[in-house]
Amino acid sequence: MNRIDRCFAELAGRKALIPFITAGDPEPGQTVAMMHALVAGGANVIELGVPFSDPMADGPVIQRASERALAHGVGLRDVLAMVAQFRADDDATPVVLMGYLNPVEAMGYAEFAKAARAAGVDGLLTVDCPPEEAEALSLALHAEQLAPIYLIAPTTPAERLSGIARHARGYVYYVSLKGVTGAANLDVTEVARRVAEIRQHIQLPIGVGFGIRDGQTARQVADVSDAVVIGSRLVQAVEAAAPGEAAATLQTLLRDIRAALDA
Amino acid sequence: MHPYDLPDAQGHFGRYGGVYVAETLMSALDELTREYARYKNDPEFLAEYQNELKHYVGRPSPIYHARRLSEACGGAQIYLKREDLNHTGAHKINNAIGQALLAKRMGKKRVIAETGAGQHGVATATVAARYGMECVVYMGAEDVKRQAPNVFRMKLLGATVVPVESGSKTLKDALNEAMRDWVTNVDSTFYILGTAAGPHPYPMLVRDFVSVIGEESKVQMPEMIGRQPDAVVACVGGGSNAIGMFHPYIPVEGVRLIGVEAGGDGLETGRHAAPLSAGRPGVLHGARSYLMQDANGQIIETHSVSAGLDYPGVGPEHSYLKDIGRAEYVAVTDAEALTAFHDLCRYEGIIPALESSHALAYAAKLAPTLGKDQVILVNLSGRGDKDINTVAGLAGITL
Ligand SMILES: Cc1ncc(COP(=O)(O)O)c(C=O)c1O
Repeated sequence: MNRIDRCFAELAGRKALIPFITAGDPEPGQTVAMMHALVAGGANVIELGVPFSDPMADGPVIQRASERALAHGVGLRDVLAMVAQFRADDDATPVVLMGYLNPVEAMGYAEFAKAARAAGVDGLLTVDCPPEEAEALSLALHAEQLAPIYLIAPTTPAERLSGIARHARGYVYYVSLKGVTGAANLDVTEVARRVAEIRQHIQLPIGVGFGIRDGQTARQVADVSDAVVIGSRLVQAVEAAAPGEAAATLQTLLRDIRAALDA
Repeated sequence: MHPYDLPDAQGHFGRYGGVYVAETLMSALDELTREYARYKNDPEFLAEYQNELKHYVGRPSPIYHARRLSEACGGAQIYLKREDLNHTGAHKINNAIGQALLAKRMGKKRVIAETGAGQHGVATATVAARYGMECVVYMGAEDVKRQAPNVFRMKLLGATVVPVESGSKTLKDALNEAMRDWVTNVDSTFYILGTAAGPHPYPMLVRDFVSVIGEESKVQMPEMIGRQPDAVVACVGGGSNAIGMFHPYIPVEGVRLIGVEAGGDGLETGRHAAPLSAGRPGVLHGARSYLMQDANGQIIETHSVSAGLDYPGVGPEHSYLKDIGRAEYVAVTDAEALTAFHDLCRYEGIIPALESSHALAYAAKLAPTLGKDQVILVNLSGRGDKDINTVAGLAGITL
């Protein structure tokens, strides 16, 4: 069993907490320590953002994180090296890379999949590659036991869910609102309704993200789903943290959310 | 020539094109594809479109024989398809009207657009005023500076212009921001994309709306010279004016199709905006196409004196036409384009857009290699009024 499936199997009724940070932000030397801090704060899965020059689906907070990482020249191969270094001390926590397709294209699907597996990556979420275009990428990922993670949006009609189910492994990620990352306003009732609908088509754990900023919302969302994804709130904290304090800040912030989830 | 019927149902031109967008936009693009399929052969829709082109835009645009320029170049005869004479001063209005009419039928009251040179922004602001729609235009902060007259024009027309401060602050970043707006307001908003790029169905529908350029030319050239031209030449930013000229000519044997990219300081310097000439295929802004990118797949900043060509990608159909060899793509430098700009002013009394000046510059190079009885048709995609500040600035003059 791969790390993602094992992680969800071992939750035993608890909800998974999935934090997102951008690799290389605020600077590359801190990323691995920040990943360990997330685990210490109660993370079950880590989504690690691969910086991209044109993050079309991201709001200002994650755009700036991408720009900070790119200013240090962080590319996909560097991100893989960070995961490999993280794996030296943590062989259990699943790591999912999240980003845009072009860096993966540039490396080549097969080469990426091989290198990612070797580094200890467990899944890949490419924001701008819907299942319609994902045939070749899915094959390459499946061949290396990597899970293609898919987003499902409020605008996704039920007819599309079976297409997503065909490619998806690990878990699916329901985007709780129309908009870019970092937007506000999350409607928990609507989330509950959509998650129930998704369950009829997709037999994977369902995570919910976008717009979750505190323990209380996390808890409400967790009540109707399997996992909670928190991104912009954490990246904002990294941006605001004093030099060298990013890891500690993340750990504290995540511990509070974990406590709300487990309460 | 093989029968040419692209894109396929999934929006692919061979290995290019497609729908590479966030899940949130998939259903909006599906809806647009369905609605367009419904209206593209609808007599009432087409009649309204034709009527607008005739009475609002001023079509058909003439073709003009640039005799003095041809003589100065020494060789082939240069003809100009006068898209600069359209209402709002460029070919962009043909597309903006088509999409706005679709938006109207789809019940969308808010339109958004990205713009580089500001011509597409002006065209969109214009049609939004004409049809009574709210209009927001995203424009790179750098371009807001370069194209001040167009920014003011958009505001006069009632549009909100949002300067985009992210990334390189040019057209690609404006496109990113327009996409972000669309993701957020997808129910109420129609995204009037300004070039034949982006996710399916945009490359197809933009092409169809601008193909009036080539369709008219195919009728006008035989009327003027008794035959089709030997070559058609158009500048390539995202590729709309070029595909509008090329597409009707694809099946016409003996007509060379030549796209001219922005060579900036020269291809060898790396400071240019010529993905077809010096890039590699990749995925950006919803489609697979040639791109300017580094070894890590990050998009490279582009350079061109012309804001409308300052874009690292290109419409997918051009990538396909390049690979199958039906069209040729070349680049000219900023300096060559500026020389062509001044030459057209002096020899013909026409001030061309800096974008179009790239096509003129290549025509001036090509002409001497051809005989005097051969004919080059240049798509004069726009007029240069918007560029006079830039050109003055380069000469050290403040207006
Ligand atoms: C006059 C003119 N020509 C050409 C272009 C380039 O766009 P495209 O390649 O889509 O025709 C622009 C873009 O702003 C323009 O204003």
